[in-house]
Amino acid sequence: MKNSLLSRFALNIFWLARYMERTDSLARLLEVTETHSRDEHGTQDWELILEVNGDLERYKKQYKKITTEDVIYFYSIDKKNSTSLITSVMLARENARSLRHLISTEMWSEINTLHNFFSTVKKRDIQTRRFSGFCQSIKERCQAHSGITEATLYRDQAYTFYWIGKMVERADQASRLLDVGFRRAQKLGYGDADAGENLSHWTGLLRSVGGYQAYRRTHPIHLRSHEITDFILLNISFPRSVNYCIEEIRDYMDELIELHDVEKARDAMQALEIIRKQLSGADVQSLVSTGLHEFADTLQQQLVTFTTVLAKGCFGKGN
Amino acid sequence: MNSLKGLLGAYDQGEFYCELMGLPDNSSVPSRTLETINRRLDKMSLKALRRRAEASEKELYNLGITFTVYTDSQAIDRILPFDVLPRVITAQDFDKIERGVQQRVKAINTFLKDIYHDQKILKDGLIPKELVFGNENYCKQMEGVHIPEDTYVHICGIDLVRDVDGSFKILEDNARTPSGVSYVVENRHLMLRTFPDFLKGVGIRRVSDYGLHLYKALAEVAPKGAGPNPAVVLLSPGVYNSAYFEHVFLAREMGVPLVEGGDLVTEDDKVYMKTTAGLEQVDVIYRRIGDDFLDPKAFRKDSMLGVPGLFQAYRKGNVTLANAIGTGVADDKAIYAYMPRIIKYYLDEDAILDNVETNICGEKEGLDFTLDNLDKLVVKPVGEAGGYGVMVGPRATKKELAQRRQELLDDPANYISQPVIGLSVCPTLVKEGIEPRHVDLRPFAVTGKNTWVLPGGLTRVALNKGSLIVNSSQGGGSKDTWVLEK
Repeated sequence: MKNSLLSRFALNIFWLARYMERTDSLARLLEVTETHSRDEHGTQDWELILEVNGDLERYKKQYKKITTEDVIYFYSIDKKNSTSLITSVMLARENARSLRHLISTEMWSEINTLHNFFSTVKKRDIQTRRFSGFCQSIKERCQAHSGITEATLYRDQAYTFYWIGKMVERADQASRLLDVGFRRAQKLGYGDADAGENLSHWTGLLRSVGGYQAYRRTHPIHLRSHEITDFILLNISFPRSVNYCIEEIRDYMDELIELHDVEKARDAMQALEIIRKQLSGADVQSLVSTGLHEFADTLQQQLVTFTTVLAKGCFGKGN
Repeated sequence: MNSLKGLLGAYDQGEFYCELMGLPDNSSVPSRTLETINRRLDKMSLKALRRRAEASEKELYNLGITFTVYTDSQAIDRILPFDVLPRVITAQDFDKIERGVQQRVKAINTFLKDIYHDQKILKDGLIPKELVFGNENYCKQMEGVHIPEDTYVHICGIDLVRDVDGSFKILEDNARTPSGVSYVVENRHLMLRTFPDFLKGVGIRRVSDYGLHLYKALAEVAPKGAGPNPAVVLLSPGVYNSAYFEHVFLAREMGVPLVEGGDLVTEDDKVYMKTTAGLEQVDVIYRRIGDDFLDPKAFRKDSMLGVPGLFQAYRKGNVTLANAIGTGVADDKAIYAYMPRIIKYYLDEDAILDNVETNICGEKEGLDFTLDNLDKLVVKPVGEAGGYGVMVGPRATKKELAQRRQELLDDPANYISQPVIGLSVCPTLVKEGIEPRHVDLRPFAVTGKNTWVLPGGLTRVALNKGSLIVNSSQGGGSKDTWVLEK
């Protein structure tokens, strides 16, 4: 039999990767934000996160006020919220379930265990004093998932779609985190000078993308907002930068077309070129002064377009 | 075995044959291997055993080796309760089972070919015509359709029980989509991890190569022109099916795609699957969907699970279905009663494995006997599976007996009756400790050009004290089944 892949499996493994990446990213964001808001800024930051994730309206329909407890509940174990951790894990497992014969037993078992863990989580487990530990254990599970996948998933088309999905989600999340960071800085009136007393804000941003140490290695002295932007947006060696993710997607799309003869992926490749052009033309200095929001927004739109075109070509959606 | 003073010291098998101890009167010739296993078990503490049992249940849950139970509003994943004490079958006993099952499968396949072609057996009057033509599983559209290798039943599960004298008897033929082989293999893997000390030095035959044998058999019956590596797929109703884990298992063990109806299309009477690179032809489909749902064009119009046009492609010989369409007519409980005669008719051999003595209520003699002995017999509806509708006479209330009597009078052809079998028992870990519980056995046979029998089988155990009903839907569990090497 040829090394072919059912369209449905391509779709499902693409989304399995996205939901797992989303879980990891959201756990990071929640943990960092919770730590900060408790220190200095009250509940303000949560509104921003709701806004950047496009969840504010939905949240307000369900909850009266923006409180730390409610937002944490909303984003961690609220099953009604389609963007909560519990929903993402549930959806990841649903996808994994349909792929169980394709993925390794270890991969399935890890996701299933994470899912089983969530089904035991109660409201008291996400109280503020326990919340950091809760996020920590989710991040560890997600990293275990990544490691197991890396070590056990057979390198065929399924892996290619897994990796593309993961990178799409990561690029999307990185752009959102950057957006949050800058809008928060704007609100607080931080300029582009040395971060100085605003240090914790910028380190928080870097930590939320898991890039604090890496950044310090490349910039041992200063902590400047335009350099942080450059790092998260364009650094080609940092595995969570937008540029890194997009280049990975390009490599794997190339593999799909050249190695696996998936001709229908060519249109998506063109959509990806638009993103690459936008990134290579980015002027970080001016982006920082305009707040970056529009740029991030466009990027997210372009990623949606890319995904739609890919779905049309390869996932049996459309035509 | 009366030297056992530890964990098994208080074990009392009662009047039944015991799978680890032998005959109830202690007269069995002891097998050295069985003695070794029993001594090892005997040395364990109940506490340690429980600890390991808990660990293995947790592992099953985390591995997602589950079946799905539907309640009012939600689907719940449950593990099939796994009993850690194994059931052991000697090489000699299994040799007979193997030959008996192969013979049975051969007879079933010959019977199916006959009734869909020449219908000799009906013309010769061996079986009443209405039993075949009146059977809702008989598929008229299959008449005259040629099947590669004349193999109708590729996967067969034949349920056996062991009587008080230690003899195996056939209780039921499953010639459509027998389930449970995934538990046979997964239970073994679990045992190997949890009880390496039990297994040490005991020669047990392998079960883990089931997928290889299955793929090989399916490849043997691929349409001509499919080439040496035919495209085999497993067709499942999807993730919400209660046997979904089994479907995953089978696809994984064979290394083939696990498809749903929506993944397949037909064009020019050929079947294709939708891949990222376009349509790719499918040669063999191991389908886990009932006949009625396979093709809305040919059968049930409302089926969302099947593939429109599949039957036409099948008729033309462009795709092989396993099992074939219309095999349900052979695993009917009414046909079952005739099986010893069917074997004799086609193969000119006596049945190697006996049936349980069966009264056909559709015949006057059978009905009269059944009505006269209602409180002593097990009465089963012929069309039901999964232990539903079974009445065990000696355990039934007056009301239940009266109700069944009326049902028998209203629709006698819908029932058969059998004497209550003293089903064998096996030491089992339950709340009270180690106690005897009734078991049955489902060996699995795979047929391409020839029939291969998996050396093992699904041992189901009735976990409730005294219960004879072993189905998972009725509170049964399973055990690892060890077939000893010669």
